[in-house]
Amino acid sequence: MGSGADRMTLGVSVTKRLGDGFTLDVALVAPPGITMLFGASGSGKTTLLRCIAGLARPDTGRIAIGDRVLFDANESVNVPVQERHVGYVFQQAALFPHMSLRENIEYGLTRLSADERAQRVSRTAESFRIAALLDRRPAQVSGGERQRAALARALVTEPSLLLLDEPLSALDHSIQSHIMDDLRRANDARRIPMIYVTHSHREVYALGQQAVVIDRGSVIARGTPHEVLDRPAQSALANLAGFENVFAAVVVERRERAGTMECRIDGTATELEVPLNGSSAGTPIRIAIRAGDILVGNEEPRGLSARNVLHGQLVELTANGPTMVAVVDAGARFIVHLTPTGVEALHLTPGDHVWLIVKTYSCRIVAD
Amino acid sequence: MDWQAISLTARLAALVSVILLVISLPLAHWLTFSRRRWTFFVESIVSLPLVLPPTVLGFYLLMAMGTRSPVGRWWTEWTGHPLAFTFEGLVLASVLYSLPFAVQPVAAAFAQIDPSLREASATLGASGFRTFTRVTLPLSIEGVVAGLVLSFAHTVGEFGVVLMVGGNLPGITRTVSISIYDHVQALEYQRANQTALVLLAFSTLVLMAVYGLRRRPWAAAPIA
Repeated sequence: MGSGADRMTLGVSVTKRLGDGFTLDVALVAPPGITMLFGASGSGKTTLLRCIAGLARPDTGRIAIGDRVLFDANESVNVPVQERHVGYVFQQAALFPHMSLRENIEYGLTRLSADERAQRVSRTAESFRIAALLDRRPAQVSGGERQRAALARALVTEPSLLLLDEPLSALDHSIQSHIMDDLRRANDARRIPMIYVTHSHREVYALGQQAVVIDRGSVIARGTPHEVLDRPAQSALANLAGFENVFAAVVVERRERAGTMECRIDGTATELEVPLNGSSAGTPIRIAIRAGDILVGNEEPRGLSARNVLHGQLVELTANGPTMVAVVDAGARFIVHLTPTGVEALHLTPGDHVWLIVKTYSCRIVAD
Repeated sequence: MDWQAISLTARLAALVSVILLVISLPLAHWLTFSRRRWTFFVESIVSLPLVLPPTVLGFYLLMAMGTRSPVGRWWTEWTGHPLAFTFEGLVLASVLYSLPFAVQPVAAAFAQIDPSLREASATLGASGFRTFTRVTLPLSIEGVVAGLVLSFAHTVGEFGVVLMVGGNLPGITRTVSISIYDHVQALEYQRANQTALVLLAFSTLVLMAVYGLRRRPWAAAPIA
């Protein structure tokens, strides 16, 4: 990392007691680029964001961008919010309802001449595709347009850091991906650290260069989105990371030469072949499988490389947006994601006998 | 019709409302947004006139204005005349008496503002004062107008405090409500009725203005 990037890098190491009896205790480094702060609601990620912005005060620790110290409990440094020069995008956009989008975006540009201000506003509005809406009030535009205006308002001031608190959680999927494109372009255009709080693994995959996972106030994993989410080390994380199926199981047999082991799901006769790890026979483990990694057949399949073929009964079939969610009882209950066309092709209805096909390497072993 | 009393009352109420506006904006701001534990104490003091009989408030004010109290002595030295039974004394008493009617609607309006709007303003570099003038105040203008109107109306309608502190000096401290009382005492029901009707019509208009501004039918009370 060059010294230029170092000068822009956010370093945070803080603790803060939270109301619910646990303590936020986090150290993280965010270089220029998008860092995803991922965790369930109530994990403390929004509090961390508020501490960085200066909207909440940590009990101990230090926050700095390069060598510009924003907070240092030991040195009694606590730069007020308005002097931190940190952009903040709120979950509900938080546009000023009595101002037009133009006035909202101009709000932070007090030190510029009128000409320069107008230029910057139109350039930023252009890049967030809201140039035609500048004279409207927030109530007169859509939720997605409001959030883009909020992004424009935060970025037009050229902050040294951008903080985003679940900015897309209230929006439709299709609008989300458009705004993610905008955000990626904004990130390419200006090299500042962006901290993006979310509880959606979709957003982590789509945006993140780095992901930090927070659970009950502590960092439990960090790395690239794929490192963190594809091999979730904890079952709490597996659920968050989109592993809809997490089973408690016990190792039945190790097959060293095949590099696999046979496991039985607790309370059932259902056995799964999973990748080999250090667990000896008889050890309890947890197995996580993505609902989208399971195939469904309406007759017993033959001639497959997949080792896990389970017979079961379709219990439930519901639509969740474009995804069909099936619950299959194959000893244990499996959640399976299908496309509507897949469901139609197989004429699936609840009560049907089905076969589930799971590749060995789609089974992840996670800790408690 | 007692035009002298009406014009005196209008002058008094206008002056008191303006003073109350100046006091209540920072006071309501502090009461709403301060994290100090003893805001409740100040809140109780401010609200005292809501529950205290006006004669009690008037009595203590009269004591405070007398030349035996430091405040009264200081005023007399500074201006050359005592504070009790003067227009200035009446203004001071009315400000204290109507304070909750100005502060409460303003504080309620401040508290209704989505906190993230004020936070967004701060993250965009705005000072506390700029956040107040550009965000907090414009978004609570209805409450501010309600506070202004209510403190005007409440001052117009006060009686007990005026009687205690101001007495009944025509053109100086004789307000409309005192004048009505006077007429009744003198058995001039016709004249009392004329003045009372003016006050009744005025009060109805004021309340219609306040409730109309809120555009919410039957809010429990104009102050909430």
